[in-house]
Amino acid sequence: MKANDILALQNEPACGHNGKSKSGCARPKPGATQGGCCFDGARSALVPIVDAAHLVHGPIGCAGSSWDARGSRSSGPALYRIGMTTDLADMDVILGSGEQRLQDAIGHIVRRYHPAAVFLYNTCVTALHGEDIGAIAKAAGARSGVPVIPVDCAGFYGNKNFGNRIAGDVLLKHVIGTGEPDLIPPAALHPGIRIHDVNLIGEWNVGGEFWNVAPLLDELGLRVLCTLTGDARFRDIQGMHRAELNMVVCSKAMLSVARGMQERWGTPFFEGSFYGMADTSQALRDFARHLGDPDLAARTEVVIAREEAATAAALAPYRQRLTGKRVLIFSGGFKSWSVISAMQDLGLAVVATGTEKSTEEDKARIRGLMGTQAQMIDDNDQNALLRAFREHRADILAAGDRYIYPALKARVPFLDLDHVRDIGYAGYAGIIEFARQVAISVESPVWRQVRARARWAGSSVDAAAIALGA
Amino acid sequence: MAQVVLPTKAAAVSPLKVSQAMGASLAFLGLERAMPLEHGARGCTALSKLFFMRHFREPIALQTTAMEEFTTILGADDNVVEALRTICVKDQPGVIGLISTGLAETQGADVPRTLQEFRTVCPQFAHVAVVPVSAPDTPGCLETGYAIAVTAIIEALVTAAAPVACRPRQVNLLASPMLTTGDVEAVREWIEAFDLHPVVLPDLASSLDGHLIEEGYSSLTYGGTSLADIATMGASVATLVIGPSLGSAATVLEERTGVPSFHFPGLMGLAACDAFTDALRQIAERPVPERVERQRARLLDTMVDCHFVLGEARLAVAADPDLLGQLTRFLTGMGATVVAAVAAAAAPALADLPLDRVIVGDLEDLEDAARPHAVHALVTNSHGVQTAARLGVPLLRAGFPQHDHFGGHARTWVGYLGTRHALFDFANVFSVHRRQIPAYRSRFRQPEGGVAENRAGALS
Repeated sequence: MKANDILALQNEPACGHNGKSKSGCARPKPGATQGGCCFDGARSALVPIVDAAHLVHGPIGCAGSSWDARGSRSSGPALYRIGMTTDLADMDVILGSGEQRLQDAIGHIVRRYHPAAVFLYNTCVTALHGEDIGAIAKAAGARSGVPVIPVDCAGFYGNKNFGNRIAGDVLLKHVIGTGEPDLIPPAALHPGIRIHDVNLIGEWNVGGEFWNVAPLLDELGLRVLCTLTGDARFRDIQGMHRAELNMVVCSKAMLSVARGMQERWGTPFFEGSFYGMADTSQALRDFARHLGDPDLAARTEVVIAREEAATAAALAPYRQRLTGKRVLIFSGGFKSWSVISAMQDLGLAVVATGTEKSTEEDKARIRGLMGTQAQMIDDNDQNALLRAFREHRADILAAGDRYIYPALKARVPFLDLDHVRDIGYAGYAGIIEFARQVAISVESPVWRQVRARARWAGSSVDAAAIALGA
Repeated sequence: MAQVVLPTKAAAVSPLKVSQAMGASLAFLGLERAMPLEHGARGCTALSKLFFMRHFREPIALQTTAMEEFTTILGADDNVVEALRTICVKDQPGVIGLISTGLAETQGADVPRTLQEFRTVCPQFAHVAVVPVSAPDTPGCLETGYAIAVTAIIEALVTAAAPVACRPRQVNLLASPMLTTGDVEAVREWIEAFDLHPVVLPDLASSLDGHLIEEGYSSLTYGGTSLADIATMGASVATLVIGPSLGSAATVLEERTGVPSFHFPGLMGLAACDAFTDALRQIAERPVPERVERQRARLLDTMVDCHFVLGEARLAVAADPDLLGQLTRFLTGMGATVVAAVAAAAAPALADLPLDRVIVGDLEDLEDAARPHAVHALVTNSHGVQTAARLGVPLLRAGFPQHDHFGGHARTWVGYLGTRHALFDFANVFSVHRRQIPAYRSRFRQPEGGVAENRAGALS
């Protein structure tokens, strides 16, 4: 990828970050850097396309340790879970025979696995070599009759978020609009209910959590042409330009897809979240509002009333147990506030939240939810986070999986918010599961036991001192 | 002698191997107050960290030089110096493993020269050992990268001058990555039973065994071989080398120190265990302790109990070469048949395995080789779940990674007791497959529970 292309991709007018210095430009600090690369981000964003083959062109380092590591679930094909790489050897790198190997690899995969498409990921070593994966993809696609989509995402181009954006750009350029949606099965039509076609962008179906929401959308007559990309089929993406409306779910990185579709096909979009009761209801209302269908709006209110009542009843015992417990959330960007709302549904007091990747708009929403005294933590260092946990006298830490074992080592209750988790928290059913998981962790009898010293060793270990890493 | 079949296809599908850089990092995770630093793009390190974190269920000390666009093209030497300085200031380690990944190697980074530069620029950190390791990810696998790092650690940190055997009860143990933390602990106790004191290199059992400490979270390793102990390895009476992959590391140690080395390809099965016990007896000049004899007797008993079931078993095994060798020797020694064997990378020792054929390849190759033989079970890492499901057989997890069940990193396979428990587990898996004659019911008989009218007497 040329430097100009990288700069162009970093410009996203619809994103609240856009006025600031670009994430790709902010230099990571050698020796104190956490988080994945651009390849990791691009593959994470595309791998939930379940009927495609995902082929990583490079030496074993990129794919060998990291395949089938994402929690996105499929309702059908499992091809996306098979790791594939050209596994370049010394001689491929020295003699430059990597391109031939790549063509042969595509041939093998198409013959054996019959993928709906092949996504081809460029990596550091092949990018440094200057291999033209765009041309190879084109030739291989023509020969095999299967679309081969080049994803130029060498790790050194930038961070994981930038990789997400590259993935979105690839879909806009090569996939969206190249096919038509299926017809609706006649048995699914209900007389008197108008069906609207919509898309969800940035919904990854982690732990199958979208299946908590999908039945409600069906009930309302909202046909989801495509979830980008959780549980998606390649042809769903090809036909998603026919939707009336897009919802961007918890993702700044995928905003560019929504904006691109608005420019090209005039598809309007809104941003929302399915985390927590209030946000889920808001998202359903926003569908009706943007679609301008009064009948849908009325039916939506009925569904919301029913679901909220049922959820509130299911949450009541948890609220009783969890009210007043103090939670520290450390999850950047969109989740920094969408999870606050979910926590507040449970009666938990959110004492601080991470804002490492949050926009000014995100921060404004945090202030709206937590008040002007909201504590925001911008440091991504594990020790700093544990220090904050102690200072705020928190009862539970909710963060990405990078923090799970540091927290457990410090004997701190933990809730995993990461995308590799296998538990789904979205929708009304998700908030009940969320409550259950918080309760399991906070109320576990193990904390008291592991914080006490052995009976022969004197007084209790000071959990707070442990959390400090003192 | 086994025929070693090298790969001919142009891809790895359901890859079995991981990069050498990861193996090198793992070796450093077995040193005390250590921080492995991978010289490459940040993604390499993020993926490695997640891989080991999910396998061990532990925080993993690992950092990156975070090469990006401009430094990749213009040179990333400054990244290395800056990363070393940052880690010294922030984490205060005893040792840093400086590991070059595929990107840095392709770029042509001269790591030793850059290390010189760091020493010149930052004399205040002269007390922090830095061990450079070149671990490109184009050849080899986890095991070979680990072996390269162990060799580099020996070259950098073992003092050459100490007289051999001036510590007459001390032995060195070079531990292959096929040994779990539970295995290393078992081998340590085995050695100590002979009143010998082992210096284990690297000692994953004391760093990644999973233990809570009062200090809580640490950004460095939670234990591991101390640099002081490594420095004394030349004073030991013997070096015990577990796993063929560490052969060249052992040669370097022996040439450097004169300490004689004893090689063991694995420690599962009666023959392997007896070879190790006998070596300890001779090195220690002590009789075999009563409790070791008792453990051996228990294994003998389990072998006769389980031989009916094991004798019928057909298995497919895939792993890095050391582990593949240890498992196939154990299984064939118990009467089981390994009908498909796949190694993650080529290694000289593969040719010595008691098999007709060993394939160097991936889990797709394992699936293809296993299918025609109607295997009873697969033995490989957690990625074998899908393969096993497609074959419709159970999976016994061994090797890296084991992220989908608890305790895989800690279970003990080796020694008389470890072998005994492995036998129990294998036998339990196979016993459900034992051959049974299908029930037969004569066509002249009425359906079960038929009504009385159908009886001859009822008609009259």
